[in-house]
Amino acid sequence: MKLTRRNLLILSSASVAATAMGSLPAFATLTDDAIAELTGGAELGEGAITLTAPEIAENGNTVPIEVSAPGAVAITLFADGNPVPNVATFNFGPLSAERSASTRIRLATTQNVVAVAKMEDGSFQMAKANVKVTIGGCGG
Amino acid sequence: MASGVKPRVKVPKTAAAGDTITIKTLISHKMESGQRKDDDGNVIPRSIINRFTCDFNGQNVIDIALEPAISTNPYFQFEAIAPESGEFKFTWYDDDGDVYETTKKIEVS
Repeated sequence: MKLTRRNLLILSSASVAATAMGSLPAFATLTDDAIAELTGGAELGEGAITLTAPEIAENGNTVPIEVSAPGAVAITLFADGNPVPNVATFNFGPLSAERSASTRIRLATTQNVVAVAKMEDGSFQMAKANVKVTIGGCGG
Repeated sequence: MASGVKPRVKVPKTAAAGDTITIKTLISHKMESGQRKDDDGNVIPRSIINRFTCDFNGQNVIDIALEPAISTNPYFQFEAIAPESGEFKFTWYDDDGDVYETTKKIEVS
């Protein structure tokens, strides 16, 4: 490849992107740790749980989130870009019908929201949604 | 945060036996996360509702553990089954030890 001006630009932007990717997972590991603690390292299935979150949230102070997992005993929500990844745990009792719940949460920045459901047979299901946040919701 | 806390709950007045009903709850609470700082740079201490439960005639419907990432004025919507006429009991537990309660009756035909 000849070192033209155009090629140089492509190269430099690619390396910037690579370094940006490298610095991201600082918080994500916290979430992985929290999930591992919850599941005890068990494998996470996918498909039996739905997580509904907006693609873009204008205000990170109140982001509507809905989870539903038929046959779940408990659903835990995590936000991997928040200072503390845990968001909430829903434990379903015998009179709970659909095993679904919705609430409003705070998101500090653009990040993934992760829902982990514990099923009746002891297995775990996971769903993930990326939410872009225009104004963060952790104050300060 | 004992003042100005007002729970609001929406439950249908009647239902058919075994039907799924939708319950909506909202409680006014500032849910101070413990992450914010005041004008002098001091951290404002955490003050949130850390647990919410809903029971029907003594049987549990849902039990939610709340973390600081739940928004101000925590809102929850969930589904329940009412096998007979009775009373839904909603309980919120505050960090400072306060407990807020409200009940709603339902007629099941």
